[in-house]
Amino acid sequence: MVKEIERAGIPVVQMCNLIPVATTVGSNKIVPTISIPYPLGDPDTSKEQQWKLRYHRVGVALDALTEDVKEQTVFKVKI
Amino acid sequence: MKKAIHYINQFFAGIGGEEKADYKPEIREGLVGPAIALNSILEAEVTHTIICGDNFMGSNTDEAVNTILGFLEDKEFDIFVAGPAFQAGRYGVACGTICKAVKERFNVPAITSMNVENPGVEMFKKGIYIFEGGKSAAKMREDVKTMANFANKILKGEKTGPADEEGFFPRGIRAEMWLKSGKTAAERGVEMLVKKLNDQPFETELPIPKQDRVPIAPPIKDLSKANIAMVTTGGIVPVDNPDRIQSASATRWGRYDISKIDRLESGVYKTIHAGFDPAAADADPNIIMPIDAMKAYLKEGKIGKLHDYFYSTVGTGTTQAEAARMGKEMVGKLREDNVDGVIMTST
Repeated sequence: MVKEIERAGIPVVQMCNLIPVATTVGSNKIVPTISIPYPLGDPDTSKEQQWKLRYHRVGVALDALTEDVKEQTVFKVKI
Repeated sequence: MKKAIHYINQFFAGIGGEEKADYKPEIREGLVGPAIALNSILEAEVTHTIICGDNFMGSNTDEAVNTILGFLEDKEFDIFVAGPAFQAGRYGVACGTICKAVKERFNVPAITSMNVENPGVEMFKKGIYIFEGGKSAAKMREDVKTMANFANKILKGEKTGPADEEGFFPRGIRAEMWLKSGKTAAERGVEMLVKKLNDQPFETELPIPKQDRVPIAPPIKDLSKANIAMVTTGGIVPVDNPDRIQSASATRWGRYDISKIDRLESGVYKTIHAGFDPAAADADPNIIMPIDAMKAYLKEGKIGKLHDYFYSTVGTGTTQAEAARMGKEMVGKLREDNVDGVIMTST
């Protein structure tokens, strides 16, 4: 699906946990998430911690849409 | 008698389904689940079964691999078998990961089996033997047998044939062999050329694998004026699942209006994805489809517009062909609203 969106000329960022799968399939911009069942908020942490993590990583993904990359890139996250 | 060790996931070990997918690696003496079938056909004794949760292997790969290599350090074994993983993506990647690591560390042949649609095939077929398996566990017996028959050849020191003869995915290794036809390369080359000149079909001896790579789309220049859309393969839908999207092997997708809400509330939205434990996402759907964070960025002016709908389907067991079709259909809708960029969350 990512490829069809990008094939249409629309920049796309994939947020996922299994980075090697995303790179093999052909995603060009990737932002890591923390797990499969809860990509953007560990239920064992506080609501506030979950929000901070989610807000940060979605922000990284938004910024990644503006990056002029020349090859497949996995963007770095801080939390 | 020669010895073998078998790797399986928490599901086939009978430990549990998605709720146990974080299960840490464990080694048991003797046979668990599919290892029983393997042991009955293999001309070697399966001495141990290694069990690991698929999510644990996916999210803590280094720890999982190191723990398992540690288990194996003092064991004697002549062959390592994993799976079969069928079309289960995480299981397939786990089987590939551990087979590759075991082969590299202990230099024993490593064999697994998975369906052609499993992402583990593309990722690991170069380094290990991956046999083409069925879509689901209904093919368990056949897939185990295929692996065991090949393993028996190796164990007996018999010569093994090329990939298409044996049934594993080509590893990209060239081996010298005598052709039954006895024709030299020069003769075969000329024959091919003549066929080509006559527009007749011919089969190359050096197929170049096709890789479908999409050029990177031009970046967004000004995010504060951009219209951003959200897509997920995590199966987030309104609780009544109005488009009746399937929980696995999806062929349908839906889009849901978020123009008047600030976040996805539990009880109003949930996940129908059958490939992981839904408890966390049902309690807070924003952890998969982060509408709350996007609305915050919209209010702050970081983005110009949030497209009125989010798009959703289920990514587990879904074929690449169906995924491509659904992607194309979504693009049609995105274009109608002049969407400038997309964030896609995957589970």
